[in-house]
Amino acid sequence: MTAVAEEQVPARERTTSERIVRFLNKTPIHVALGIIALIWLAPTIGLFVTSFRPRSDIQVTGWWESFLQFRFTLANYSEVLSGQGMLQAFINTLLIAVPSTLIPVALASMAAYAFSWLHFPFRDGLFLLVVALLMIPVQVAFIPLLKLFAPTGLLNSYGAIWLTHTAFALPFGIFLLRNFFITLPRDLIEAARIDGSSTIGIFRTIVVPLSVPAIAAYGIFQFLWVWNDLLMALVFVQDGSQWPMTKAIQNLLSQYGTEWHLLAAGAFLLMAVPLIVFFSLQRYFVQGLLAGSVK
Amino acid sequence: MTAGPADETLNRLPLGPVKPTPRPAGRRYDKSTLLFLGVPGLLMAVFLVYPTIYTIALSFNRGRRGEFTEWVGFQHYINLLTGDKSFLDVTTFPPEGAIWNNLLWAVFYTSLVIFLGLIVAVLASRVRYESAIKAVVFLPMAIAATALAIIWNFVYAPDANIGLLNAILDPLTQQGISWLGNPSLVNAALIAAGVWGSVGFATVILSAALKSIPSEILEAARVDGATERQVFFGIIIPMVSLPISVLAVTLLVNVVKLFDLIYVLTNGGPGVKSRVIAFTMYFESIPGGQFGRGAAVAVIMLILLLPIMAYNIRRFRSSRVT
Repeated sequence: MTAVAEEQVPARERTTSERIVRFLNKTPIHVALGIIALIWLAPTIGLFVTSFRPRSDIQVTGWWESFLQFRFTLANYSEVLSGQGMLQAFINTLLIAVPSTLIPVALASMAAYAFSWLHFPFRDGLFLLVVALLMIPVQVAFIPLLKLFAPTGLLNSYGAIWLTHTAFALPFGIFLLRNFFITLPRDLIEAARIDGSSTIGIFRTIVVPLSVPAIAAYGIFQFLWVWNDLLMALVFVQDGSQWPMTKAIQNLLSQYGTEWHLLAAGAFLLMAVPLIVFFSLQRYFVQGLLAGSVK
Repeated sequence: MTAGPADETLNRLPLGPVKPTPRPAGRRYDKSTLLFLGVPGLLMAVFLVYPTIYTIALSFNRGRRGEFTEWVGFQHYINLLTGDKSFLDVTTFPPEGAIWNNLLWAVFYTSLVIFLGLIVAVLASRVRYESAIKAVVFLPMAIAATALAIIWNFVYAPDANIGLLNAILDPLTQQGISWLGNPSLVNAALIAAGVWGSVGFATVILSAALKSIPSEILEAARVDGATERQVFFGIIIPMVSLPISVLAVTLLVNVVKLFDLIYVLTNGGPGVKSRVIAFTMYFESIPGGQFGRGAAVAVIMLILLLPIMAYNIRRFRSSRVT
């Protein structure tokens, strides 16, 4: 809190010794933050390092000792990708995640537009229903949807999981995007209407282009949500050859619990895409997650 | 996309309720509504509303093969709450079972995440590398609970050559502790892994809340002779109480829906010691085939989430009153 006060003082030239004293005054803070950073980084770094260590080394020394030996290999990755079918699982995850992101993004944008700029009977009541649906846990859908999908064969394709992910993503997407669409300038939309634009035209040429950041935040949130999902895949993907990475890795753990080299490489492959998204699109990602806190 | 305008629009992303547009007098209803709302509405009706009603009804039925075979009233609920020690066992002290474990999570996970999140937010605000620290702590939010489970499976491994925790404690204990295999440690170990995964979320929310406190207010209080203690408890804590309560609600929702971490790390074990409600729901219905019973567990989850649903609706409605 004193930091806030200090920043108010106009900066003047400081000597090196003054800077050192200032830094030392904060030593307890730096130490505490160093410990925090260590606790949050060490487990992940451990997994990363382990994934590159030869199997024989993993069994006899800890990953923290590997910097002395300095023997690293890509063998774990090639074994898990080809031998354990993780490449197929990676592709399956993509095949599940991309449609399960694009469809809800498109549909939620349309519905959110209706709820924010169109006028129809029971609009506010229906929106309250959407807000209520936000809290429905996926568990209530398992039994009825399994029964519904069983005769259609959708459980042996990705149809079932696409539809279920989409439906459960819609309330949140509609809620988030409607709240954003409402903040768009009314004059702009009224002017377009007077100029003769159709509702579809206004949606396509004004609402969507002006809302790209919000739509992107929702899209990234949804993509990572589906990418990281295990539960829906357990229930709605029944063909083992179509399992996503989360299920493949859980399977790896329950079958070969002590094959650490495979687990580490597999888990890191699962983390790779979210980490890339996180580092490249951090701003949207954090914003999407914050907004997603209502989900 | 340029950084500036994108930032500005992102900052406009409302995190709370917003007032809707009133219908202008004399304007008629839009005919194209169905075009925009038809498909999403149908999907939500078929895949959300219908299953919810079906599951509630099924929970009062024998529910063999998920069909309505025989009305049994509250039988599944009574069996779960009084006859199933893996779901709720109040004959021991402390009590055990999935419901009790969820309660442990609700108390310890929620309070620890908020407490640590506040500490990291306050400490980080005093150094120049604030954003780096926040990114490091936030990182686990990006990865799958499955990956988080694997990471902690390594940390908790009894073998001191694999398990970081046992390697650190080795000089003291001389033998590997089976954190996840010991019935009296397993829930604490799981909650610690869960806390590790969520502190970053709390840090980001609380850090933003702390920054939104106008510095003039803090200045004025200090000029008037308030101590740092008084400033913290008298101004800062009251001003972040709303973000904290929203955060607590979010974390409690996480607790009710908690599944992946438990399923991957312990599969509810050892025995049934670390089961939670969402785990029981999956276990009873999908591998177990006990659809009526599973439906009752799902309804219990729904009931636990109802207060939060009501809170959201009330927050939304109150914003409409001008």
